[in-house]
Amino acid sequence: MTPILEIQKLSHIYSPDTPFEHAALTNVDLTISRGEFVGLIGHTGSGKSTLVQHMNGLLKPTSGRVLFDGRDIWEDPKFTRQIRFRVGLVFQYPEYQLFEETVYADIAFGPKNMGLSKEEIDTRVRRAAGFVGISEAELSKSPFDLSGGQKRRAAIAGVIAMEPDVLILDEPTAGLDPAGRESILKNIRDYQAAQHAAVVMVSHSMEEIASNVDRLIVMEKGTAVMTGAPSEVFSHAAELVSMGLNVPCMTQVLLRLQQLGVNVPAAAYTVEQAADLLEPLLKGGAQTCSRT
Amino acid sequence: MLKDVTLGQFFPGQTPIHKLDPRTKLVLVIVYIVALFLAKWFVSYAVIAAFLALVIAMSRIRLKVVLKNLKPLLFIIILTALLNLFYGQGEPIAQFWIFKITRSGIQNAIFMVLRISLLVAGTFMLTYTTSPIALTDGLESLLSPLKKLHAPVHELSMMMSIALRFIPTLIEETDKIMSAQKARGADFESGNLISRAKALVPILVPLFISAFRRADELATAMECRCYHGGEGRTKLSELHYQSRDYLAYLSGAALLAVMIVLRQFGL
Amino acid sequence: MTTAIQVNDLHYTYEGQDGGKTHIVFDGLNLSIEQGSFVAVLGHNGCGKSTLAKHFNAILLPAGGSVTVYGMDTKDEEKLLAIRQHVGMVFQNPDNQIVSNVVEEDVAFAPENLGVASPEIRRRVDDALKAVGMYDYRTYAPQLLSGGQKQRVAIAGVLAMRPQCVVLDEPTAMLDPQGRREVLDTVERLNRETGMTVILITHHMDEAARADRVIAMSEGRIVADGTPQAVFAQEPLLRSVGLDVPQTEQLLLELKRRGVDIPTDALTPEACAQLLRQRIAQS
Repeated sequence: MTPILEIQKLSHIYSPDTPFEHAALTNVDLTISRGEFVGLIGHTGSGKSTLVQHMNGLLKPTSGRVLFDGRDIWEDPKFTRQIRFRVGLVFQYPEYQLFEETVYADIAFGPKNMGLSKEEIDTRVRRAAGFVGISEAELSKSPFDLSGGQKRRAAIAGVIAMEPDVLILDEPTAGLDPAGRESILKNIRDYQAAQHAAVVMVSHSMEEIASNVDRLIVMEKGTAVMTGAPSEVFSHAAELVSMGLNVPCMTQVLLRLQQLGVNVPAAAYTVEQAADLLEPLLKGGAQTCSRT
Repeated sequence: MLKDVTLGQFFPGQTPIHKLDPRTKLVLVIVYIVALFLAKWFVSYAVIAAFLALVIAMSRIRLKVVLKNLKPLLFIIILTALLNLFYGQGEPIAQFWIFKITRSGIQNAIFMVLRISLLVAGTFMLTYTTSPIALTDGLESLLSPLKKLHAPVHELSMMMSIALRFIPTLIEETDKIMSAQKARGADFESGNLISRAKALVPILVPLFISAFRRADELATAMECRCYHGGEGRTKLSELHYQSRDYLAYLSGAALLAVMIVLRQFGL
Repeated sequence: MTTAIQVNDLHYTYEGQDGGKTHIVFDGLNLSIEQGSFVAVLGHNGCGKSTLAKHFNAILLPAGGSVTVYGMDTKDEEKLLAIRQHVGMVFQNPDNQIVSNVVEEDVAFAPENLGVASPEIRRRVDDALKAVGMYDYRTYAPQLLSGGQKQRVAIAGVLAMRPQCVVLDEPTAMLDPQGRREVLDTVERLNRETGMTVILITHHMDEAARADRVIAMSEGRIVADGTPQAVFAQEPLLRSVGLDVPQTEQLLLELKRRGVDIPTDALTPEACAQLLRQRIAQS
């Protein structure tokens, strides 16, 4: 896989040389490859937000480097500005940044800032609206007349319209109902597949992470402490819990079963996988061993 | 960054100055300002400075902090000093081009510097040693006689305390919205004045909408907690004068008396 | 059992911003909530659950039918303060319900409004802060607290009214997992230890699973009402109204579909693991 974003020995200190000095990131090394779906998890204050704001050049490293396509994003101010468009960042509750008179104009804000032609902007706005399921009629509405879930989609479309190579989302499903959550996740997967884009998603829901991502990065106290496929990371359940994180519900059930003396691997994190593991045990041929 | 702005410079403490009733402190600040404007000559300024020095010492606020906070006013202080310097009356001591410096000009300049510095440092002592909440309570209580004239005293103090509560929240929100729009390529740093003003629209619109939403939700939450105006309201901590407050009033009166006497003698 | 809240044939409509079109929220809703129960109200965004909650303490008044709170009709203006004192309300965004920039001053807000004498306010503030585990933070400014802590302060602000019932409208929607846990544990403890009626509006299935009774709503109507086990057993129905069931329930239903003979009423990982172990041992 070709790397698209490389973070090398990244450290960030807020308010240096004041009594409020605070190291948010220390020596973070990581790579995001083209087309992969990465989950970023960590306790509040673990440095996730600071990290993602370095990925699109909103924050400047105190030390260390951020490379996009092998080039330091701070090398040249023009390139730094370009990065904002190539690495799209969707903040938490993005609907609170809507400001234009129509949904169309709001989605067009990013592409307009890129200096694209009118036709190109139009194509992109419609394509982005398509990805998130915003209808033609809704495009001419005021964004403030949309429902909560549609507002969220319009705001995400505003970033997708820049057609970034890396799409970063900070808790994109926060505050939505189950159906709304699932449909936004599908929108994101659709964009990823169509553009072969890398996606970095911050989430507190382990179930959501488990069923969407290829790879997981775990942050704690400003460092990336673990990375790997979900099966790998979730097998360190005890460590995750000690960091104040959860493990997916299914993993919890299997781990508890192990504690209760059932010989079953805890290597499942979705309902399907857990059912696959448990089905043979329940249909006879169970091996129960007693624990001492 | 906006976050670095420190607001409501209050330094919590347990000194006698901190423990004074906010009403006492508010009245004393007014007395202090009147006394300061009665000052005519170095002796008077020395008395005021000594009074302030005593208050600073008692409050355990470090002199360095007080001086540091005078810094932003340095420009104004120097400007007024210069203006006074060149607009004096009488025989010039030195003269160049259209400027002349007189003895009275030098005097006025010095007095002006003293007056502004003492004024600002003195009023700062109020906010340094009194929490914003206590200040609004004190103000409400001092102004309560105006309620008889149907002045909305309670409403005003409620507004003040809610404003104080939400300033940090709104600053944080502004920061967030700015970052979000920057992520969509908004540019606040380049271009002429007009294009810069235009660039503020994507920040101001969401900020206003959010402020209105917050106001609306807060109003409902307040209603749910039985808020129905100032009528029949009680307080968690009611204001009560202690003996130290009477002592403080006494010293304020003494300061005023001394200043009046000194003024009579042109000192 | 005494009735805390009784809703009879509730009708409610509002005029939309889009050209004054009338939206019908409730068209004859009936509901009764018993004193001391822990009720979770589930529903997708915009199903009317927040509108319903606002009827419980006379923030909104019925257009038709009635809402009776501890024997008081919410339309009776003279009882307004008494109704609000009986039924406390906590909202989603903790920032927008904290009035003061000192924790204890904020908690004192409601008793101050009720004209309670100073020493009694002090007692209530201290009790309320201790009940939510925030007593040590009483002199803090709210912006120094985490989301979960702020929400607990908001709960204390309501407890200081000494209410009989607390309604929480998606109190955990903006919180991280730790904050959610803190708030839910607090709420659950209040119900179990002090017998306070708790109405929790949420769209997290695992939160609803902790209640005694779950009410699922869609388009202003109650589509399911019963114990969590009974409601979550109706997976297709819940899914059809944009809801979900806890994953443990999904697992058991999936196993059943695959031909495993197993009951499907374990709603927590612990209960689910116990049930599975027992079944595995049997087979």
